[in-house]
Amino acid sequence: MALDLGVFCKSTLDGEVVEHCFSSIFGLGQNADPSYLDWLMKAWGWTLAVAGLGLAIALILGAVMGTLRTLPDNGRLSRVLVRISTAWVELFRNIPVLVQVFLWYHVIPAFIFPLKALPSYWLVSIALGFFTSARIAEQVRAGIQSLPSGQRAAATALGLTTPQTYRYVILPMALRIVIPPLTSESMNVIKNSSVAFAVSVPELTLFAMQAQEETSHGVEIYLAVTALYALSAFAVNRVMALIEKRSRIPGFIAASNDASLAH
Amino acid sequence: MLSLDLSFYNWELFTNYILKGLLFSVQLTVIATVGGIVVGTFLALMRLSGRPSLVYPATFYVNTMRSIPLVMVILWFFLLIPMLIGRPIGADLSATITFIAFEAAFFSEIVRAGIQSVPKGQIYAGEALGMTYGQNMRLVVLPQAFRNMIPVFMTQTIILFQDTSLVYAIGAYDLLKGFEIAGKNYGRPIETYILAAATYFIICFSLSKAVRAIQAKVAIIR
Repeated sequence: MALDLGVFCKSTLDGEVVEHCFSSIFGLGQNADPSYLDWLMKAWGWTLAVAGLGLAIALILGAVMGTLRTLPDNGRLSRVLVRISTAWVELFRNIPVLVQVFLWYHVIPAFIFPLKALPSYWLVSIALGFFTSARIAEQVRAGIQSLPSGQRAAATALGLTTPQTYRYVILPMALRIVIPPLTSESMNVIKNSSVAFAVSVPELTLFAMQAQEETSHGVEIYLAVTALYALSAFAVNRVMALIEKRSRIPGFIAASNDASLAH
Repeated sequence: MLSLDLSFYNWELFTNYILKGLLFSVQLTVIATVGGIVVGTFLALMRLSGRPSLVYPATFYVNTMRSIPLVMVILWFFLLIPMLIGRPIGADLSATITFIAFEAAFFSEIVRAGIQSVPKGQIYAGEALGMTYGQNMRLVVLPQAFRNMIPVFMTQTIILFQDTSLVYAIGAYDLLKGFEIAGKNYGRPIETYILAAATYFIICFSLSKAVRAIQAKVAIIR
């Protein structure tokens, strides 16, 4: 079976071959019809936008919720916060991401009217971000709990308040420890952004479904889409590896790993 | 403020729309778990065999599956299987094959970690007793490895149950689809999406509670 990559240079309007493959994006062929390659690139852009926004929401909420879950039991406020963050994680972890996307798209705007003004890809990003934040919160919690308890005790002995303890002692260590699991969660956000097809965000998966039907060159279309997903996930992986390398304190991560085994 | 009306949701609606989808989702989860563990175990043994002719294909397969979105894998199989066998197959069968193939990659990583968690001394002891590779795996390593893996298997099964909702992409009739069609036919989409979320939540939350209880029970004390 031979692959026919020429399909990407065809017009999305009449199926004829266009003059320049990147006709509309680079403005090469003025007034030319957009090609499937143009459409593919735009779809990739949508995927990256949905996933990028979702990842930002997930990292912020996940770090906050994961931290709150580890608060010491020393007062009413901290008990309430622990309970809220635990409920948050259980709620967003136990509903499938596609169902959460439908909730944000169909249900929640019916109750919170301002959300109706948001473009639909924002709603998908929020859904994706909340879903992933539950997973990230679990990683952050595990990272904080893997620290030797002496760290917290030492901070208390120095007279640090709970916020100071987290700000200066616990989080600088814990957030470095959790970078490897966060790498795989970040790659998952790219992959999970594919559910946006279900609410008609024109991203890669929706492109794959529609272009496959229009051109009947499914294999070529799917190959290109799959390659772009893999490439995006790989790029995220490299960026996270760079962050891990940059933020490393020499000799420290290994030591904390030993500590986590000992305690 | 919009008010919710759940009175339309009765036993008749449940049996007509939801039950069929729920049964398919559960069936898909069970088949994919069992099939995925069986195929995944073979993949894990291939990766741990140390023979390049087995290690590389298995590694390639697992890494490929893990780097593609599940929705795309579902679409790929739905496109490719009819091309290969020359006739269309239904969305249900296509989804079942896809989930076994996809989950095998994830289960193989769990099994691999499980096998590696068995102390080396156990393998040496088996070899010292004159066991063959097959006997050693079957009688010594895998029973201990699987015991360690039970909680992780169950967690993966919960994720798998959630993932079955993605068969939406090829229009198979699963739990979510059942709710969606009921919502369309009764003109109550908002309520049915909430009910769908609640149903998934109750199932997954109780399962994850059960996992925690089992986790405490099966832990091997060393």
